Amino acid sequence: MSTHSSTTASTYGARDHARSQAGQVVTVMPVLPASSWPTPPEGVDARDLLWAETVAGGSYTHLRVGRGTTVRLRDLDGAACAHLVLLQAGSPWERLNVADTTKVAWQAYLGTGSLLLSDQGRVLASVVEDSSGAHDAFCGTSTLAGNVAKYGDGSPQGASPAGRELLLLAAAKQGLSARDLPPSLSFFQGVRVDGDGALVFTGSAGVDGCVTLRAELPLVLLVANVPHPLDPSPSYRTAPLEVLAWRGEPTGPDDALWSATPEGERAFLNTAAQAALLGLEARTSERTR
Amino acid sequence: MSGPAGLVIDRLLAGDVALDEVVPARAAWSSVVPAGSILTVVDLEGNQAVDFLAYNAHDTSERYSAPDTMVRQGNIFLSTGSVLCTNESRPLLTVVADEVGRHDTIGGACSKESNSLRYGHHTVHQHACVDNFLAEGAQWGLGKRDLVSNVNWYMNVPVEADGTLGIVDGLSAPGRRLSLRAEMDTLVLVSNCPQVNNPCNGFDPTPVRLVVTRP
Repeated sequence: MSTHSSTTASTYGARDHARSQAGQVVTVMPVLPASSWPTPPEGVDARDLLWAETVAGGSYTHLRVGRGTTVRLRDLDGAACAHLVLLQAGSPWERLNVADTTKVAWQAYLGTGSLLLSDQGRVLASVVEDSSGAHDAFCGTSTLAGNVAKYGDGSPQGASPAGRELLLLAAAKQGLSARDLPPSLSFFQGVRVDGDGALVFTGSAGVDGCVTLRAELPLVLLVANVPHPLDPSPSYRTAPLEVLAWRGEPTGPDDALWSATPEGERAFLNTAAQAALLGLEARTSERTR
Repeated sequence: MSGPAGLVIDRLLAGDVALDEVVPARAAWSSVVPAGSILTVVDLEGNQAVDFLAYNAHDTSERYSAPDTMVRQGNIFLSTGSVLCTNESRPLLTVVADEVGRHDTIGGACSKESNSLRYGHHTVHQHACVDNFLAEGAQWGLGKRDLVSNVNWYMNVPVEADGTLGIVDGLSAPGRRLSLRAEMDTLVLVSNCPQVNNPCNGFDPTPVRLVVTRP
C-alpha cells in the first residue's frame, strides 16, 4: 500500500493531502489543549485553562460551561464586538433577560459587578472584571435585513454576516432555534442614552478591552463577533475576539459581590438554591484537578 | 381629549369597529389584529401600565423585538411615528397617534421571579405579567421560549446620565389613548399589569379599553 501520493485522485492520496495540512497556525483558531495557550491571564495557571480560541470578525463560537467556570472575552484590536446570549445548560428556556438585568440593577450600563440575570430571578453570569466599560444592553445584534441594507449582505457565509444569523447557527449547534434567542447584549462597543432617550453610539474603549464573566450556573454561551448595529461605519468594521475559559468557583457568600446590592444578594440566594437543588454544590467542593 | 393626536384617534375610532372590549384590572387579553386595522388602547383611569407583546400571526417565531425597534428609531422611548419591528427588522405595528408622548420598551414585564429580587421573597405569590403572558399565549400555542422583552404602554422609565434607570410616576391621565396600525397580521398579547410594588400603575391596577377598527 502506498504511504504517499502526489495526487488526490485516490483515497490514499486524498488522506495524505488532508493530513499534510495539520499543524498550521493562523490568527483565528482554537488552540488545543487550552493549557498550551502561550499567555494565560495573570494569576491563572495554564493547567486550569479549559478553552482558548480566537474568533474571527464576522464569526461566532459557542461554549457549554459548568458552574464556576470563568470566561474572558478580549477585544484584541479595539474593533471587536461580542454579542452574547446566555442560557442555562439543560433547561434553555431559562435564559438571559436584558430587561431584568438592567431593571433589577437600577442601571442601564454594564460593567464590573453587573449580574447577567435570567428570567427566573437567578444570576447566569457575573461580570467580575471589565477594563472596557463600553458595552450595550439595549440594541441587541444585527439582522439579515439590516446588514443587507447597510453593507449589501448579511448572510452567515457572506462578507458581512449579521449577528442574528450567526447566533442562529450557534444556537442550532446546541439543539436550539429561533424561539430560543432572546434579545442579546454586547461588549466592547459602547452606547449611551441621552436626556431625550436618544441612543448615542460611543464606540470602542480601545485595544485590549477585557471582560471576565463567571458562570454562576451551568451555561450555554452563544457569542457572535460582528459590528454593533449602531456602528455608523459604512464598511463592515470588525476584529478578532479572544475567548479564554478556565476553572473557577462560583460567587459565594464571602465574596464582596454577593452582598454588593440587596437585589443582587437575593439573586445569588436564588442561584445558590437552584445549584444545591441540582446537586451542583457537592460536585464543586469535591472537584479535584 | 383634544389636541392633534386626539383628533387623529377620534377619526380612527370612527371606522368600522371590529372589537371593543374592557380588560379588567390585572387581566390578560389577546387577539389577532389584521394588517391595516387599528388597535387603540385607552388608559381609562390613568397611569395603568399595559404590557404588550406582538407576533407575526402566521409565523410566531417572528416577533416583536425591542432591540430592533430601538435601533431603527435611535431612541428608547416609543411615541407617535415609532415603528415596532420584528426580530427580522420588519415593521409589525406603527404608533400612528399618541396622547401621552412617551412609552417604555426597556423595562420588560414583571414576574414573580424578578419580584423576589426587586422587592423581596414575600412578593413571589403576587400576580405578575409574565404569568398573564404565559396563560394567554398558551391559547395560541406559545410558551416560555416565546416571551421576549415587551412594550409597556403608559409606563415611564427614564435613564439618568449615570445610567441609573427605573420605573417612575407615569405621564398618563384618565382617558389618554394611543393608536397602532398593524403592518402585518399581528397576534397581540396584553397583560394589564397587576404590579402593586412600584408606580407603574400608580400602585392601583385599573381596567383599560382596547378597540380594533378598520379605517
